[in-house]
Order: sequence, then structure tokens, then C-alpha cells
Amino acid sequence: MKTFDYARPGSVAEAVQAGGRFIAGGTNLLDLMKLQVETPERLVDISRLDLDQIEEREDGGLTVGALVPNSDLAADPRVIEKYEVLSRALLAGASGQLRNKATTGGNLLQRTRCYYFYDTAAGCNKREPGSGCEAIGGFNRIHAILGTSDQCIATHPGDMPVAMRALDAVIVTQRGDGDKRRIPIADFYRLPGDTPHIENVLEPGELITHVELPAPPEGKQTYRKVRDRASYAFALVSVAAVIAVEDGRIASAALAFGGLAHMPWRNPAVEAALVGQAPGTAAFEAAADALLDGAKGFGTNDFKLPLARRVLIATLRDLTQ
Amino acid sequence: MHFTINGNSYEAEVDIRTSLLDLCREHLGLTGSKKGCDHGQCGACTMLVNGRRINACLTLAVMHQDDEIMTIEGLGTVENLHPLQAAFVKHDGYQCGYCTPGQICSAVGMLDEVKKGWPSHASADLTDVTFDESEISERMSGNICRCAAYPNIVEAIREVAAEQREVTA
Repeated sequence: MKTFDYARPGSVAEAVQAGGRFIAGGTNLLDLMKLQVETPERLVDISRLDLDQIEEREDGGLTVGALVPNSDLAADPRVIEKYEVLSRALLAGASGQLRNKATTGGNLLQRTRCYYFYDTAAGCNKREPGSGCEAIGGFNRIHAILGTSDQCIATHPGDMPVAMRALDAVIVTQRGDGDKRRIPIADFYRLPGDTPHIENVLEPGELITHVELPAPPEGKQTYRKVRDRASYAFALVSVAAVIAVEDGRIASAALAFGGLAHMPWRNPAVEAALVGQAPGTAAFEAAADALLDGAKGFGTNDFKLPLARRVLIATLRDLTQ
Repeated sequence: MHFTINGNSYEAEVDIRTSLLDLCREHLGLTGSKKGCDHGQCGACTMLVNGRRINACLTLAVMHQDDEIMTIEGLGTVENLHPLQAAFVKHDGYQCGYCTPGQICSAVGMLDEVKKGWPSHASADLTDVTFDESEISERMSGNICRCAAYPNIVEAIREVAAEQREVTA
């Protein structure tokens, strides 16, 4: 690990002025620093800031502090009652030890698990812009099939952000000049394009302080995750689903996917294929067709196309029975 | 830097990069916690920080100066074993023993999580957890045993969990 300066500011205002890389749980950043994939010159320890509360808002939603650990968020009775998809997604991720340390803000910023991103001897445009992408033409079992570019086919590895994408969460930040922003999660992440090293719209020094969950949506919620082992593995394909059925028709649908793209993936065409339809194979197949429109495998991840279809259809079947 | 570990105070001058695990093992002589992968994948380094289980390899010592840290050395003694230590001996919950301190610290933290009513990925109903073998396997998935002593580890934990429930019932 390369050495670094360390600062522990006493407030958010001081933190955004401190000029360095924020560290809270550190479960992802320190892992990458040990491998020198990340080499920050200065760590700004925000772990003691007063951002660890979950508060109810008048509109029926919740405001989650950026430092609320994944464990606490998953087990909060209000989250379980109103946002089961979020609890389920959190519980499907990592291990008990990691969930105790990993934070809400940090989990949004978790970096890809692409093998070549981790291997400093390999070409990786995300780690070192301009050095190529060895995942294209290499081992890409865990890689993306949607929204890829010829520069990068990495996936976002998270579960929690997939649920938050289905719930239309809003990410609240503070910038160095003190200005606060509210960024809908739909606008937060970026596709790789020709700048895969830029993964979201945060500016240097901008700190995530809270995540707002809007009032809970109508309908049934679930999170379904398919992976190479039963626990403690990243998603090959996952889906966060919120579906309401009224009078035998699908009244509303929110569907976000993990393991398929550089960001939690949500496509309005998938939901449009379902709303107004009677639940059943025809509507579910149409939704899967919409999801996979433009999808492309890269060899060892070709299986994700049929897998994503089956996971989506099985999830829809479960929620509309 | 100043630390509180197993109720004892320690002063140490260490490099800023030092993990909590390396602080204990390399600087304070507390070698019970083990280094397996050093990347949070195996759980051999599991400690309790303010009562919560974490991977000590994936956190900086400097960030834990105000915390109550508990390692395997603080759980029990040879003469007075912690109930989980005794249960691991009784059920032969190990072969080589390298993962055992992490398994036991993790199990202590895990049983406390169950007591608080925290659900897991294995819970059919998130508001009413039925604590069975699938729950133990899921909740302990962050601790790898290369000898695959899992059946006996699960048995040891199940016995202690059942005893705890009788006490609280």
C-alpha cells in the first residue's frame, strides 16, 4: 500500500474542504489500496461524522444518513415494512462482517469486481485510461451485456443500489463550496462510454450525506439474486422488483437489474411492456424482449442473456401469483 | 496512538497504513486473530468492535482509537472458556484450527445480531426469524474453513444458540 496523509474532520463542512479521498467503512477502498489499484494521497476519515441516522419524512419516505451501515439499514423495522426490496437486496450482499462496516454512501460508490481492474499488470481503461480493456476477448463471465462500450464492459457489483434504483432514491450531496445537491439515482451513474474511469456525476470533494427514499410504492416487492454460490458472492444477474396488480392487470411496475451493466440497469420499455397487461407468459416474455433489446454477450458471459430472461420471468411470476 | 483491546489500554507508534489486524498481531503481541486472505474474504481476522463483528484486515488501526475492541484473547481463558469455545471443543468444530478464532468471534457477533432480531438472506419472513441450520450457514458465510469442518461448526453454534434461548426464555 502506498502511504497517505490522514485527516479526521469534525464536520461535513470541514470534510468537503479537506481535499482528499473520503473513507468511511473502507471495505472496498482499503482492499483496492492494498493492491495499489487505488493510491490516494490523502484519506479523509468521515466515519465519525453525524450521518448515521434514519429519519422519517412527512411524505412517508425515509432519509438515510450516508454512514448508516448496511446491517442497520437492512434490519430497520421501517425499511423492512416499507421497502422490503431494499432489506432483501442488502441481506443478499457480502457477509455479516462486511455489512457491519460498509456504509450506505460507500456502497453506492462500490467499484467493479472486474478481474482486470484488480490486476495492475493488465490493461484496464477504468483503472488506467488508455491502457485498453482485456476483459473484451478475455474472461468475462461476470461482465456486462447492456450499455457496454468498446472501452469497458465492467459491471457495477452492488445489490443495494439496484433496489434503490427501483425505488427512485435521491442522493443528497454537499460540495466543497457548501452547496447541496439532490441527485435522482437515475442521473447518478454513468455508462462507460470512452471514460469508464468516471463512474458517476459526483465532483471532486463532493460528499454523499444522505439518501432519500420516496414514499413506499404500491404493490409487492422482492429482490432476486442469482450467483455462483448460495451466499457471499456477487450477482451474475439480480432483479429488484416492485409490481402492483389491480383488477387482474398490472397497474405499475418498477424493475431494476444488477450484474448486467456498468450501473444499476432500468429501462422504461421493460415496465411499459407490463403495465396494463394481464400477468402471464405473453406479457413477461415481452418485458424480457424489451430488457434484452440491444444486449450483447462477450463470450464467457453469453449465458447472461438467457439467464436474465429467466430470472425476470420467474420474478414476475412470483410477484403476480 | 491509543487503543482499548479486551479491556486493556495500549499505546503504539505504528505506520498510518497499519490495519487493525496487523496492529494486534505485529505490534501488540495479540496473535490469536489470524491473517488468511488479508482482503475480507475469509473471515479469519474477525474481531468485535463495539460489540459488532468486522474484518480487522479491512480497517485501519488509526480509525479505531476510540473503540472497544475484543479479540479471541478477550473472550475466555484456558480455565474459563467462553461457551462457544467450549462448544467448538466438544463438537470438534475445527481441524487445523487456523480459522477458529475468527469463527468464534464471528459467531459471538452473529448470535448477538440474532438476539436483536436482525433478519438474514435465509429468513423467509424478515420480521420473524426462525433460527435454524440454514440461518447459521447463511450468517456465517463470511468465515471460510479450508478444512471444511462446517457440520461441526454449525453444531457447536446451534448448541450455544439453543442454550442462550433457554436462558432468555
